[in-house]
Amino acid sequence: MNKKQKEQYLRDYGTLKSQGKPFFPYAVAKDSAMAVVVMAVIVAMAIVLGAELGPKADPTSTTYTPRPEWYFFFLFELLKVIKAPALVPLATIGVPTICLILLFLLPFYDRGAERRPERRPIATTAGIFVVCAMGYLTYLGASAGPPTQIDIPIPTNIASQGPEAVTNFKAGSQVVAQSGCAACHQFGENGNSGPGPALTKIGARLPAQAIQRTLLNPSAPMPSFSALSEESPEQFAQMVGFLAALK
Amino acid sequence: MAKLKLPAAPSNPLSSPKRPGKDYGPSGGLGHAGEAGASAVDWIDERTSLSGGLRWAMFRKVPKGTNWFYTLGSSTMFAFLSQAVTGVFLAMYYDPSATRAYASIQYINNEVFLGEFVHGMHRWGSSVMVILIFLHMARTFFFGAYKYPRELNWVIGVALLVMTMTMSFSGYLLPFDQRSYWATIVGVNINGTGPLVGPYLSEFLRAGPYFGATTLSRFYAIHMLMVPGAIAALMGFHLYLVAKLGTTAPPWVKAKPSEELSEEKVTVG
Ligand code: HEM
Repeated sequence: MNKKQKEQYLRDYGTLKSQGKPFFPYAVAKDSAMAVVVMAVIVAMAIVLGAELGPKADPTSTTYTPRPEWYFFFLFELLKVIKAPALVPLATIGVPTICLILLFLLPFYDRGAERRPERRPIATTAGIFVVCAMGYLTYLGASAGPPTQIDIPIPTNIASQGPEAVTNFKAGSQVVAQSGCAACHQFGENGNSGPGPALTKIGARLPAQAIQRTLLNPSAPMPSFSALSEESPEQFAQMVGFLAALK
Repeated sequence: MAKLKLPAAPSNPLSSPKRPGKDYGPSGGLGHAGEAGASAVDWIDERTSLSGGLRWAMFRKVPKGTNWFYTLGSSTMFAFLSQAVTGVFLAMYYDPSATRAYASIQYINNEVFLGEFVHGMHRWGSSVMVILIFLHMARTFFFGAYKYPRELNWVIGVALLVMTMTMSFSGYLLPFDQRSYWATIVGVNINGTGPLVGPYLSEFLRAGPYFGATTLSRFYAIHMLMVPGAIAALMGFHLYLVAKLGTTAPPWVKAKPSEELSEEKVTVG
């Protein structure tokens, strides 16, 4: 806006303001009515949905699903859209940071005098796109069920090693499933295709030792399983064995 | 030389004149009691001059065409106040130590009178506040309300948005159940992948290289002291600017000068 447009705006605004109504009681009445609605919604949700607690936090337990509060889903899903390992820092922090900077600086790069949304095509389109994208990502996050089931056929080389190997493989698959790995990794038909890489054939790419090292010392955002390896080495070994057998 | 007579000393300057009207109120003690409220307000106002500011904020005009979308900001504030009040009640019972946090929330839910209700209000109130803040932001965005002269109010608004999300993130850990524990670990790890500040940020959040006993009390301090204080201060500044600059008129409302002014225009032109 140049100086003339600014003065024009202030003049028009002054006119509109002088023709308006006083804040008290007119706007206050509307605000109060809305406050009553907000209160009613909060009270109704508190009564209907309650405030259940899950099981107590247990650093060694393997039955968790790392799910954030629903309004962070769009950030979490962003991790799944951008998957290449080199780009992960970009997805986790880069995109949100850039968006935030763009948001902060909005009044400084969009300086046009026009305010009607239908005459600001770029701003309005961008706004609608962001709303739709956030809505879609939130929907994706909400519809991805808690992934605690992994069905993988027993590989032939395991089956040929006898019943003990098969039992261990099944036990390992259970530990992996209950640990919520499938929230971020894909196992054949099961699990989400990100943010982590697919593990369907991880055994072919990494030897058991390397898998174990990753589980103990993962790169972010994956949580470490060192607590499990200390508290329950047997389960941890089954987990590593299962992953190493995926070829 | 004749001396000028000194004017009579004024009667007590602090005593206000009698109210007009012959039959105003009962005389005597009861009449004075009736005026007590007014004189208490006068007493405060004489020492603070608050009434001017209050009149300035309350009787400013709101432009023509203001509609229900303009209530979203104050609803956000109302949701925040609800969070503050319910939060104070939760803080009376909550114990931010890794060993006792879960039990103290269980106690709130099962033993405290209306405990689960207040806990539920706080939990769902956070969702309501986040929805309202995004709606309010969408309103100001699509109405072009961030443009001159309200740029600064937009910037403060974005800071409020970031802090509201910080509140949600830090509050999620406090019940210390499985879901909140593991989700927060992943969340902190995600922060750690950021360039430059990332590792420092996640170490600050964890209060050390590992998720430990002090992590929870650190989250608690962030959640109930640091961020809410900053939100309240910024909200005050946000609202001051709203009152100072006035709220926008909806962008499609045309400014028509009043009749007298247009006549004047005709005679001048
Ligand atoms: C804690 C959060 C917030 C509170 C309590 C709050 C409160 C308010 C209130 C009461 C108004 C008066 C007009 C209205 O209600 O629409 C207002 C105006 C405004 N707010 Fe907020 N707000 C918050 C967050 C935000 C955010 C996140 C943004 C944008 C990024 C923002 C940008 C603005 C702007 C630009 C105005 C001026 C609008 C106009 O004059 O029409 N606010 N805010």
